[in-house]
Amino acid sequence: MPFYEHTLIARPDLTSQQAQTLGETIAQLIADQGGKVTKTEYWGLRNLAYRVKKNRKGHYLHFNIDAPAAAIQELERTERINEDVLRYLTVRVDALDDGPSPVMLAKASRDERSRRDREFRGEREAKGEREEPRREDRV
Amino acid sequence: MTEDLEGGEGRGERRRPVEPPNITIRRPFFRRRKASPFAHPDAPKIDYKDVKLLQRFISERGKIVPRRITAVTAKEQRALALAIKRARELALLPYVAR
Repeated sequence: MPFYEHTLIARPDLTSQQAQTLGETIAQLIADQGGKVTKTEYWGLRNLAYRVKKNRKGHYLHFNIDAPAAAIQELERTERINEDVLRYLTVRVDALDDGPSPVMLAKASRDERSRRDREFRGEREAKGEREEPRREDRV
Repeated sequence: MTEDLEGGEGRGERRRPVEPPNITIRRPFFRRRKASPFAHPDAPKIDYKDVKLLQRFISERGKIVPRRITAVTAKEQRALALAIKRARELALLPYVAR
């Protein structure tokens, strides 16, 4: 069966829980059509680069799918009907990448950085206590 | 005496290597070809999801930058153009930014 990458943008007024439920229903639909979803990523509520159906934000969902072409046709048909889906894109790929996508990596590093910044700020506040042990290490 | 002779020879030797740079003097409007940023063995793959990477190849206005400026190969430029267009479709990149 061919491999596909499928990304969709869901309406921003859904909760993230609802968006993830939408992802599960899609996985179920693919399974019913004789395929399988090998990876699901929830990219979160992101700002759109331009307005789509009058929305400035949207929930992004990304899937790796191994399914027959008919399953993709059915998936896209239901997404055209579903009002919660603002837009979708399906790309056929030669091989599926099981690791986290660049979007998830960027998100992780951003989260990491903001956490480190917070810790750093905490450290600076406790600077007076911290500086002495460091000097001892050097000696 | 001997010192003077050596000094004379020395000057002659010094003068000869000076000439080649005169021949290869920097020609105006000549620039060394830059290597493609994807030529590196562990360079990132061109992917429509990698917004941070693609952003380096679009102008401030959101236009795709020609490869004579970015120095990518023709093959990479085709892949980049496709990836940027896909990212635009998903509203990850703008069609026009003002």
